[in-house]
Amino acid sequence: MLLQPTVPMASLDELWFQVSGTLCNLKCEHCFISCSPVNDTFGYLSYERVMRMLKESVELGVKEYYFTGGEPFLNRELVPMIEQVLKVGPVTVLTNGTVLKADWLKRLQTAEQNSRYSLEFRVSIDGPTPEMNDPIRGERTFQRAINGVAMLCEYGFLPIITITRTWEENEEDAILDSFRAVLKEHGYHRPRLKVLPRLKMGGEEKRTEGYTPLERITPEMMEGFDVSQLLCNHSRVVTDRGVAVCPILIESESAQMGETLKESLVDFPLLEGACYTCYQYGSICANPSSKKVEA
Amino acid sequence: MNGKIAFFGGIYNNYLALEAAIADAHGRDISQIYCLGDLGAFGPHPDRVFPLLIENGIQTVQGNYDHSIGHALEDCQCGYTDPRDNHFASLSYAYTLENTSPEYRHWMKQLPAEIRFTWQNRSVLLCHGSPRKTNEFLWESTTSTAFLERLADEQDADIILGTHTGLHWHRRLENDRHFINVGVLGRPENDGTTNVWYTVLSVEEEEKTQGNSSVSVEFIPVRYDYEKLAREMEAENIPEEFIETIRTGWWTTCLEILPAKERRAGKY
Ligand code: SF4
Ligand code: SF4
Repeated sequence: MLLQPTVPMASLDELWFQVSGTLCNLKCEHCFISCSPVNDTFGYLSYERVMRMLKESVELGVKEYYFTGGEPFLNRELVPMIEQVLKVGPVTVLTNGTVLKADWLKRLQTAEQNSRYSLEFRVSIDGPTPEMNDPIRGERTFQRAINGVAMLCEYGFLPIITITRTWEENEEDAILDSFRAVLKEHGYHRPRLKVLPRLKMGGEEKRTEGYTPLERITPEMMEGFDVSQLLCNHSRVVTDRGVAVCPILIESESAQMGETLKESLVDFPLLEGACYTCYQYGSICANPSSKKVEA
Repeated sequence: MNGKIAFFGGIYNNYLALEAAIADAHGRDISQIYCLGDLGAFGPHPDRVFPLLIENGIQTVQGNYDHSIGHALEDCQCGYTDPRDNHFASLSYAYTLENTSPEYRHWMKQLPAEIRFTWQNRSVLLCHGSPRKTNEFLWESTTSTAFLERLADEQDADIILGTHTGLHWHRRLENDRHFINVGVLGRPENDGTTNVWYTVLSVEEEEKTQGNSSVSVEFIPVRYDYEKLAREMEAENIPEEFIETIRTGWWTTCLEILPAKERRAGKY
């Protein structure tokens, strides 16, 4: 029997770029990697670096690309990066929606129209009202993010609103309904919503609680479990320090897997509390359209 | 095997479209028809589909739906992630399970997960969603060409055909290799037209391609009596949302699983 639960690397399907490191214009209380305007634990990825990794990823047959941070749009080279990546594959950008500029969106709209691939935006908003969102994400962030969503709609995008679940399960339907109503009021007529579980790390660990030692995947739990539910079974993330196992664990020393993608394609031990959340909820970072589902 | 071959995707109980597609294929000098699975869901009278497949010698891959119904599982394994989509999927699943006779459930249980054969010196692989997972969604706008090249290498196949997403598309790969989603006969393609689709493969005439034959992929629109189907769905108390799709050509459910480009193309 295995001594520790391990996830095999099946195939590199999704490549993530931690394109703005841990730098963000916001400072959300629940941010699992504690991003902020001054947290430069991880820094920006350069355009050259992204192009180099892109080349390697095409050789490996990567299916989809994701840009995350921090706030990806703080990286001034994000727009040209997306334009290049859209030539070889689909792109998803995870943004807080508060720093979007019309001329960037105009360029990205054109880039998507010229590509056979989709450009998805995921905008994080944590409640259908400022009262619910702002205490977590910061003053006036609700209005600013909603304005960002409206701007995305203006340029023909259909952003996926990602919402971290900070409510009880039985409140979920009501909260999602009022979310849809608010988005429609702001001109978003077919709102797409995605609910995420809380990751009890970084800011969230301070805000509520961390993982208890018992919240870990055990070898027994892996028996009969469909490992493709875990992102680390088919993804890797590029940071300014190298390639890491997944966007959630970038800060952990053990998550660093080397300089090239090829080096990173090895098994990984699932020893962190966050792994337990992934186990419970499945590929929480994936888009609905590319979620792996049990066969 | 020589000549043209035809591929049907998900039938979703739409036996009227299946009849029309078989008749259409017979008019095109097709030597063999294949079906890529998902025989049930959505439409009325599941048991009317199987005799048509069997009597016409249509070789059939097992879709996730067929696996579920065959084994009388709790759900269709369609892979939706949204509660509303799952709600509607469960209604049509319950109806299909209840109205499929044990004889055909048994028949579905023994269907293969993939079919491989050689055609015109090319290795052809038929699967349902993707060769690596029956219910994997490979959408045109979220599947890179590099990934499809890798899939063709790994599977050692020149032509890979699947269905599952409900939308037909084709990507030409290097060395005249191909990935093809053959579309579905079960419901229209979310484009405001009521017809459904199937796929025909043939080989281009040699003189056109200077001695090298190359594969040609043709998507065939099928018109059928959708009004009759809609009335039968009403009589069976199938949800209004599904009937609207049959009559208008716009999807009303399974929307959350669509990527941006495919979602934007629809009405809802
Ligand atoms: S949760 Fe997102 S928006 Fe908030 S601080 Fe972290 S990276 Fe920035
Ligand atoms: S946090 Fe999740 S994705 Fe990352 S290694 Fe653990 S299980 Fe895998």
